[in-house]
Amino acid sequence: MLDSLRRRPRLAFALLAVLLAALPFIMGFGLGNSWVRVLDFVLLYVLLAIGLNIVVGYAGLLDLGYIAFYALGAYLYAWLASPHFGLHLPFWVVLPIGAAFAGLFGVLLGAPTLRLRGDYLAIVTLGFGEIIRIFMNNLNAPFNLTNGPQGMNLIDPVSVAGFSFGKTLHIFGLSLPPTYFYYYLFLAFTLLAIFIALRLQDSRIGRAWAAIREDEVAAAAMGINTRNLKLLAFAMGASFGGLAGGLFAAFQGFISPESFTLWESILVLCMIVLGGMGNIPGVILGAVLLTMIPEALRYIGDLQRATLGHVVVDPSDLRMLLFGVALVGMMLFRPAGLLPSRQRKREFAAEDGVAEQEQASLYDAKA
Amino acid sequence: MTTLLSVHGLKVAYGGIHAVRGIDFEVASGELVCLIGANGAGKSSTLKGLMGLVPHGGSIHFDGERVQHAATHTIVARGLALVPEGRGVFGRLTVAENLDMGAYIRRDKPGIKADLARAYEHFPRLAERRAQLAGTLSGGEQQMLAIARAMMGRPRLLLLDEPSMGLAPLMVQKIYETIATIAGEGVTILLVEQNANLALKVSHRAYVMESGAITLSGPSAELANDPQVRAAYLGE
Repeated sequence: MLDSLRRRPRLAFALLAVLLAALPFIMGFGLGNSWVRVLDFVLLYVLLAIGLNIVVGYAGLLDLGYIAFYALGAYLYAWLASPHFGLHLPFWVVLPIGAAFAGLFGVLLGAPTLRLRGDYLAIVTLGFGEIIRIFMNNLNAPFNLTNGPQGMNLIDPVSVAGFSFGKTLHIFGLSLPPTYFYYYLFLAFTLLAIFIALRLQDSRIGRAWAAIREDEVAAAAMGINTRNLKLLAFAMGASFGGLAGGLFAAFQGFISPESFTLWESILVLCMIVLGGMGNIPGVILGAVLLTMIPEALRYIGDLQRATLGHVVVDPSDLRMLLFGVALVGMMLFRPAGLLPSRQRKREFAAEDGVAEQEQASLYDAKA
Repeated sequence: MTTLLSVHGLKVAYGGIHAVRGIDFEVASGELVCLIGANGAGKSSTLKGLMGLVPHGGSIHFDGERVQHAATHTIVARGLALVPEGRGVFGRLTVAENLDMGAYIRRDKPGIKADLARAYEHFPRLAERRAQLAGTLSGGEQQMLAIARAMMGRPRLLLLDEPSMGLAPLMVQKIYETIATIAGEGVTILLVEQNANLALKVSHRAYVMESGAITLSGPSAELANDPQVRAAYLGE
């Protein structure tokens, strides 16, 4: 069946569109409305994973503080659309500002770390992520910017043409909670992000990023402006994170530094590593799996209660255990990720052939 | 012959270590000049300085214009190309993609296409392996790819950093035949080599570098017969 769909891309595309459009209703009526909320988070994480993939997957710059940009986007949204400063700008004004704001911080992080690579860069970015979180936690005095650990609440929901996403809509005998509307909003932004990421990959910029990832000195020797392109990767990745952060703030109506811990950065990185770094379908799959599976595992708690009468293994502990097992298993059996990029797939498939070729080329030189 | 590259008092230092201590040299248009010397003499640092890859002092003129303190990509745009030490191929890109990156600064699609065809003609091995990842090629093939890739930018001066490094003798011979062919087509080349014997055979002129300074220079044929050079670099 997959084969026949592959031969008819238009039909496949139409089916996918129908599925994506119907998904919240299928999930909502099939499994309950809490699953529509899970879907919303899946989309936010897909957005984050696509953004981080630009930095890590495309340009090869290991960033362990990526969630800081998510935080910056979220706080900027809260500053410009909540009672905190009494500002209530519409979302279509705030979101681009949030993306640009995060992008600016991406450049601020990128500029001093231009000469760093690999582990060194990872440590600096990790520090950056923590610094932003600690700032958000402490900037409630002398001037109350972030409301400290209490976080900021009453953030304006998204509202389109006078219709607020914040209330449940009763229509045709159905009651649709806000999670439905946010699903379509997030879906639109996610599709836009996927489109941009795919176009970037095949562009001149994307090829330059790939060259920098492979060998920075050689990339510079090809005439690539490595400084500007690395900064651009940081800025682009960060602005995707900032956009996701703004959407998150509007969706939750409440943000606090707790949502932006190192664990979140690691989780997004795991998504792209597990799914297949550098490959957009892989990255999406990674984000979907790592968001959905922990939710599904909650049922294990219910199951224990039903069969054993009490909870023996806490599902949230089990979640971490399974994460670990899944990652180790993947490194052993699918080191390039579940859906690896074409390059990584070939790399892992072709390693055996090298010695043979060395022989062949020596023979060739004799001739 | 017009002077294409002239270097005066070039210095490169890493922290407190002076790798290149103020050297002067010239390369004329159409020449193949080599820079020979032992490990750690400062040869690679000289090339990195020329390309703007490391901070450096002194003055560098390329085609009459000062180029130092310019960013590497602007130096490449003026017509210098480097084949880095250890080849520096983009391992997870295909051979074709590597060659394509070589033409990154060019916009003339038909010209690029013609040069690509020529590169494959020069290196039939690369044509066979065009869809293969560069990282899976043998060392010699990678060196060929690195040279072909640098040529895709149509450089006016090609800088080669130890093209014989880590290759089997037969492969080295083949690489040197290629270098001679490229030079024969009129491309100016500055070659850095530890393998003095080979470099002196293929080049017109040579400079001998020792501990960051140039100690000898002259036509390659003369240097090859110089007792000092023979003792120090040719193992006699």
